[in-house]
Amino acid sequence: MKLSALRVTASLTAAWLALGPAWAQDAPTAPQETPEASSEAPMMGAQSRPDPATLAANAALITDPVAGLTADHSKFDVLKGPFASGPEVTAACLSCHTEASNQVMHSVHWTWTYENATTGQTLGKAHELNAFCGNVASNEVRCTSCHVGYGWDDVREPAPTDPTAVDCLVCHDSSGQYAKQDNLAGHPPLDPVAEGAKTITGAKATPVDLVKAALSVGQPTRENCGNCHFYGGGGDNVKHGDLSSVLFDPPRAVDVHMSQDGANMTCESCHVSDKHVLAGSRYEGDVIDPHGADRMPGAERDTASCTSCHTDAPHKGPNPLLAMKLNDHTDSLACQSCHIPSFARGGVATKTFWDWSTAGRMDENGKPIKEHGYTQGNGAELHTYLSTKGDFAWGENVVPHYAWSNGVMRYTLPEMEIDPSQVVEINQIQGEAGAPDARIFPFKRMEGRQAYDTVRNVLLFNHVYGPGDGTALWSYFDWEKSLKAGMDYVGLEYSGNYDFVDTYMYWPIAHQVAPKEDALDCAACHAENGRMAGITGIYVPGGLNIGGKIGMVLLVLAALGVAGHGVLRLVGRKPNGGHHG
Amino acid sequence: MVERCVKVYSRFNRLWHWSQAGSIMLLFFTGARIMGLHEVMPFGLAVTVHSLVAIALLVLWVFATFWLFTTHGWKQFIPRLTGFLQVARFYAYGVFKGEEHPYSKTLERRHNPLQAGAYFALKMALFPAIWVTGLAYLSYGFWDSADGQGFWLTIIANLHVLAAFAIGSFVVAHLYLLTIGHGFKRHVQPMITGYDRIDLNAEEEAYLEQKGLVRATPLYKD
Repeated sequence: MKLSALRVTASLTAAWLALGPAWAQDAPTAPQETPEASSEAPMMGAQSRPDPATLAANAALITDPVAGLTADHSKFDVLKGPFASGPEVTAACLSCHTEASNQVMHSVHWTWTYENATTGQTLGKAHELNAFCGNVASNEVRCTSCHVGYGWDDVREPAPTDPTAVDCLVCHDSSGQYAKQDNLAGHPPLDPVAEGAKTITGAKATPVDLVKAALSVGQPTRENCGNCHFYGGGGDNVKHGDLSSVLFDPPRAVDVHMSQDGANMTCESCHVSDKHVLAGSRYEGDVIDPHGADRMPGAERDTASCTSCHTDAPHKGPNPLLAMKLNDHTDSLACQSCHIPSFARGGVATKTFWDWSTAGRMDENGKPIKEHGYTQGNGAELHTYLSTKGDFAWGENVVPHYAWSNGVMRYTLPEMEIDPSQVVEINQIQGEAGAPDARIFPFKRMEGRQAYDTVRNVLLFNHVYGPGDGTALWSYFDWEKSLKAGMDYVGLEYSGNYDFVDTYMYWPIAHQVAPKEDALDCAACHAENGRMAGITGIYVPGGLNIGGKIGMVLLVLAALGVAGHGVLRLVGRKPNGGHHG
Repeated sequence: MVERCVKVYSRFNRLWHWSQAGSIMLLFFTGARIMGLHEVMPFGLAVTVHSLVAIALLVLWVFATFWLFTTHGWKQFIPRLTGFLQVARFYAYGVFKGEEHPYSKTLERRHNPLQAGAYFALKMALFPAIWVTGLAYLSYGFWDSADGQGFWLTIIANLHVLAAFAIGSFVVAHLYLLTIGHGFKRHVQPMITGYDRIDLNAEEEAYLEQKGLVRATPLYKD
């Protein structure tokens, strides 16, 4: 409470200071209206310069309450359209926000490329393979429908460099009706919308009103982030496990930070942005934030770790001893390990297993099969087999996989040799047990079966999306063609022999933080075969240790000794009762 | 020498003994929960009670140590060899034949040599082992940044539990030995009332009579 009060006071003060000089300058200029200026019609577009009369008409009168921001975008003429496409809206945005596209184009959101300095690997959606749909390359217009831009239809090349290719609206629309169609490389559905078209959330696509969207722009909300990030992997919560549509308006029990009954935070409350680059990464995650405690509320920070706000000694009373003991855990445990007792909570399941090897099976009429074998908590029926994708398994309230992590992931990249006799880890969690920069962190462990080259022992690119091209798996159900097309597209060698290998892919779990009363009970780990079983580098009190086993033997020997002694006394006792035993 | 019923356990002495006994029982109980031997209470509660009782017991030990040194009571616990063999022989053989216990308590030496040796070992080895490891365990947060903290915690935890079971074994033997000789009740009673039968020489008798520390009628008959 105290902190938010401080923050509100600070922002109001800032707004007041910003407004003060503006008024001071405006006051003398207001009456100096020239006839030319007033008679000139306002120009449209990036060079528009409305005359003072229009400016005055748009300016806020002295009314209550005072708006939080100094600019009301619904009053900007340049945003009143008409717009024929997304890029035209972006052009209007850029007429004021001249540097915005350049900033966005330096973000992972744009490049889908991440240079991992720790491992030297080039990662990012444009380069890596995953345990879900496999790869973006050759499937672009479908996969890049979630790109924060328009028209990236070939990820072998970097994303477009035209500043108007940035999609401002996907993050800043507040009208709620802006959407990206799921197969237009990021473009929204516009009139006329193709028959059967869907948006990236799987909803029926309806024509987007670009003017309405442009006039509504504001700070990103959960809807903006969630429309892409909650649907990663092709459906609600498929990929992450801790990011689902439940988070649009979560009950407190599902997410204490984002719930309206909790802190009512948006994604950006933690994933703070600087020059359109957002804090937080699953390639180099912020497992610890050593300077979290040094920062004042609202101070600039570029890490999105729990300790950035909560410090590494967050537990206070009412039981100070227990609080101290709980704080003792923060040297080895990430907050998430206890405070996200399970993921995929709130009625939306996550995909836990995906077997591509069974894709392509047809029914007796030669038609593709769709099987619904799982009903999730909110009542929705989920596919457990699709001819296009193979077999799936789903999970809700999933207990995470725990591992030491310093936040860094090393990937099994294309052309890296794999050992098909083992489960191939698509990404390997880095971090040494007990190291100062590592913590035991919860992960979703996705299990997959993916195509690989049995001669070259490398994972294969699959071409799944491409209606009408004769090779796409989802249209033609032929692995030979799909894999050949995928590998040809990226220009890599393919022996023509393929099989499927078991894979694991790890997804850090950091959302769906439960209220403190629902944090994991001590005994979940502090017990024989508790959740920390198999984790090295720590001692977890809870089971019978070696000392305890030796001690038990000692105790039993003592008991046997006195029992034997007692029996001998009874046997030796004289019948005349000569002593007092 | 005359055997009289004399105040041998002062109020502090008895308080020390029983609060120690109670604490140790509570520590066994909560410690067993932490080890997962039972689930009568939640783990967190067991840790809390275990820690608080341990701290209270340590405070008591500080007072008791101070008290032992200021009252010369510590001399009671110094082991010696005189009579050791006889007592050992009694427990290993004589007790089965119905022999009388070879040791008579005196005011300066309440404990027989074997008993004194056992208490000495308890106080000098087992108790320090349990509280040194216990404090290290409890204060983990202060040294968790040290290299190999996981390894050291493992050592500490194992030693702590081993020491606890050793103390448990002592308690078993301690309780059993109360049944030898004049019987369980007569052995426990002095630690409740403070009075026990002690061989007194004439000077001691006169002194204790004068101080009012001799009971006219014994609490129990042989």
